[in-house]
Order: sequence, then structure tokens, then C-alpha cells
Amino acid sequence: MANSYYDSADLRKFGKITEWSEELGTKFFDYYGKVFEEGALSAREKSLIALAVSHVVKCPYCIDAYTKDGLQKGITKEEMMEAVHAGAAIESGATLVHGVQMMNKYDKLSM
Amino acid sequence: MAVAEGIFSYRLVQHEDYEMATKSLKARHNELAESNKQLDILNGGIFATGELPFFKDKIDAIGQFPLRPKKLEILQINVGYMCNQVCEHCHVDAGPDRKEIMTRETMSQCLDVIRNTGAHTLDLTGGAPEMNPDFRWFVEEAAKAGIKDFIVRSNLTIIRANKKYYDLPEFFKKHNVHVISSMPHYTRGKTDKQRGDGVFDKSIKALQELNAVGYGLPNSALRLDLVYNPSGAFLPGDQMAMEKDFKKALKEDFDIVFHNLFAITNLPIARFLDYLIASENYEDYMYALVEAYNPAAVENVMCTNTISISWDGWLYDCDFNQMLGLKVASKVKHIKDYNEELLSNRDIIISQHCYGCTAGAGSSCQGTVA
Repeated sequence: MANSYYDSADLRKFGKITEWSEELGTKFFDYYGKVFEEGALSAREKSLIALAVSHVVKCPYCIDAYTKDGLQKGITKEEMMEAVHAGAAIESGATLVHGVQMMNKYDKLSM
Repeated sequence: MAVAEGIFSYRLVQHEDYEMATKSLKARHNELAESNKQLDILNGGIFATGELPFFKDKIDAIGQFPLRPKKLEILQINVGYMCNQVCEHCHVDAGPDRKEIMTRETMSQCLDVIRNTGAHTLDLTGGAPEMNPDFRWFVEEAAKAGIKDFIVRSNLTIIRANKKYYDLPEFFKKHNVHVISSMPHYTRGKTDKQRGDGVFDKSIKALQELNAVGYGLPNSALRLDLVYNPSGAFLPGDQMAMEKDFKKALKEDFDIVFHNLFAITNLPIARFLDYLIASENYEDYMYALVEAYNPAAVENVMCTNTISISWDGWLYDCDFNQMLGLKVASKVKHIKDYNEELLSNRDIIISQHCYGCTAGAGSSCQGTVA
């Protein structure tokens, strides 16, 4: 076994998950492919959303995949970094908004 | 540098200061300057171990092996490897230090062929073809042959490189040349300002000058197409979507118009192969090419309708095979013995670099093929 939980070479084996469950694997990849097609949102916009989410869920495979996808789509590094900040801002906001709960509890417990 | 610097990995080389320039692999005595060393790499490693299939086996599975030419449509002539730029992805390994230049004698042999060919397109490439001292003479003579589509692949910066090239847009117009230019990316205002007076600014200026004489305008007979190829270890995106983005950005930011954008895949040979190996991207890139293999693209790969002629008159299936030193598998191997009928009866030489032309929507000097 590899001595590391993540191996970048595993990303290109992703498609193999279908081998152990043909039906679910195929359904997933069909769905996945459909989601990223040009639609009401452009494929370019969806790629940036995917990049932001990749960072929020801290998936190294996804970050590799959507950085490359962005380059392929001609997305600039400035656009990529802004997308990452959008994800990071929501994530930190999600932490900080709990500060209101802390304040409420503090007030409730204090005389 | 390509990765760290992002989209613009072109390095502009001024004629006067060669020392500052990146040199060609050949000048650096890099072993990849040897084409058989490149073939060893393409035939070895992950292909030799069976991890990835050989190109031969992939096309054999669809009944396309051996790959055979169809009707000849395009004569592509490489008039020399000298260039004012040293682009990191260059499959020609072109640069200011390359002295391989087509002589007038070989040009005359080409002209004989151009006057008699059944091909409808003549495609001049390099290096920077304009740097060949006999370039203008050759264009004037070739234009007289009345070939339908006469292409010159111009890198744009050459038009601004030296005063003697400033009139190129007018010269191209005079001979009704179809200009195809490399343009690695559009960048918007802010990025551009940071980069200063580099390749981008010179290219923009050159495009504006081509527009000014009528090139690229809607409905203009003066064709101006752009070539995009990725500046790094990734494949080009959708050609139509890229064209839309390029058109919008160049129009809004610089009031530039052009006709079509050709998205071209970088083939793993010469300087691009060197970059892939040095940056440890080679295996991933080959995986990406093989994964993107599209049998429908095999049908129209450019070697099936093109003959490539080198600066010294040798014949090849394509510009890439030319750089790998793989002359056509035919009795006729040199322009002086040119015989279209004999040439059309040959097997096309392939190796693993061919995956570059069959990835996704396919790739050729005229853009996608599938």
C-alpha cells in the first residue's frame, strides 16, 4: 500500500470506481458530465464555482482538476484566486456568523 | 517560468541582444535536440511498459493502420527555423541562433511544385518566415501561381521587431496573403499594464495594424485568423468558446477584430517535451492526451491531406515529423524529385506524439478537425 492517503496519480484512476459498481458509477459520471455542460451558466462560470467549492471541501484532487480545467478554458490566475476568496469568505463567514450564537449564549448566561 | 508567470510564457528576443535570450535546445546542446532521443522517450516509459497503449494499436482498432493519405490539399513549407522569439512550447526549437534557412535554389524547386500541384492551399511557416532573406521574393513568385489559399504563419511580434518589417501588413495585402498568427491569450487592461512593452503589446500593435489595412474585418477577403495554443501542460479548451472569449476581450479592450481562432494542442516534442519532462508533467500530459483520444479525429488528421517541406527540401508527413527527422516513407523523399502521385501512395509515419492531433476535437494547423 502507498504510505500516503493522497496520491496525485490516483486522480486519473477516478473513472475506475465504475468497475466496482457499474450502475452507480455510470449514473454519477453521467450526472457529473451533464452538470458541467454549457447551460444557463457557462461552462467557464461553472468551472470557477467548482474551483471555489474544491477549496472549501479541501479536496486536493478537485483543486488539481479545476486549476487545470481553468487553464484549459483560458481562465486567468486573477479570476481563479478571486473564486478561491469567494469560497474562503463564505467559509469564514459561516464560522463567524456562529459568533452571534456565542453572543446570545453569553448574554443569556450573564446577569 | 511558464507556470510561474502564467498565461504569457513567450519570451521576446531582440535581435541585438542574443545574450539575454533563451537559447534553442540545439544551441544549449540539450540531448533532446537529437530527434532520435525524442523518439526513444515517446516509444519508451509508460508506453513500453504497457501502462498506456501505443498510437498504432489505437488506430489499428478502428481499421486506420497503416494510416494513409487522402487527397493532397495543403503544401506546408518551412522556410527556416530562425525566429525573433524563443517560445517555450516551440516544437520547431526555433530561435535567433538557428541558421537553417531555405535557399533560393530550394525555393525555386518549391515554386515548380506550387505551379503544378493539385493542392489548393499553400502554407508558409518557420521560425519566423519573414526572417528568411528571400521571403518577399518567394511570396511574390508563389502568389503568381494563383493558389487558392495562400497562408503565411506570422508570429505578429516580427511586424514590430524591426523597421524593415513595418510594411508587412501592406505587403501581405498586396499579395492577398491569408495571415494566421499566434496569440497565446488576451489579457485585460490591468494585467497588460504590469507586463510592459513585451510580446503582448507588440502583438496587439501588430493586430491593430493588420486591421488598419483591412485584415480581419467582417466580410473582408483579407483573412486574419489567430492560433491559440496552451502555455503549459494542459490541453486547449473548446475552440468555439475560446474564440468567443478572445473576440470579446480583444474587441472591448483593444478594438481588434479577427476571423477565426484555431485552438491547437501542443505536441510532446522538442522544447515542449523538454518542458514536460523538466516540470515533471510528461506522464500526466500523455495520460491526458490518451484519455482525450477521439477516433473521429483520426479520420481527418492533417497528415492525411498535407505534405510538409523542410528548409532543405526534404518531405515529411507533417511539421512534427519534420522536427523528429522522420522523412516520408516513399521513394520520393526530396522536393527535387517531387511526384504527387507517388507520394500519395505511402504509409504515414506515426508515433506517440500523434495522440496530440487526435485529442478531443482533434488538432491541426487549421484548428480542430472533428
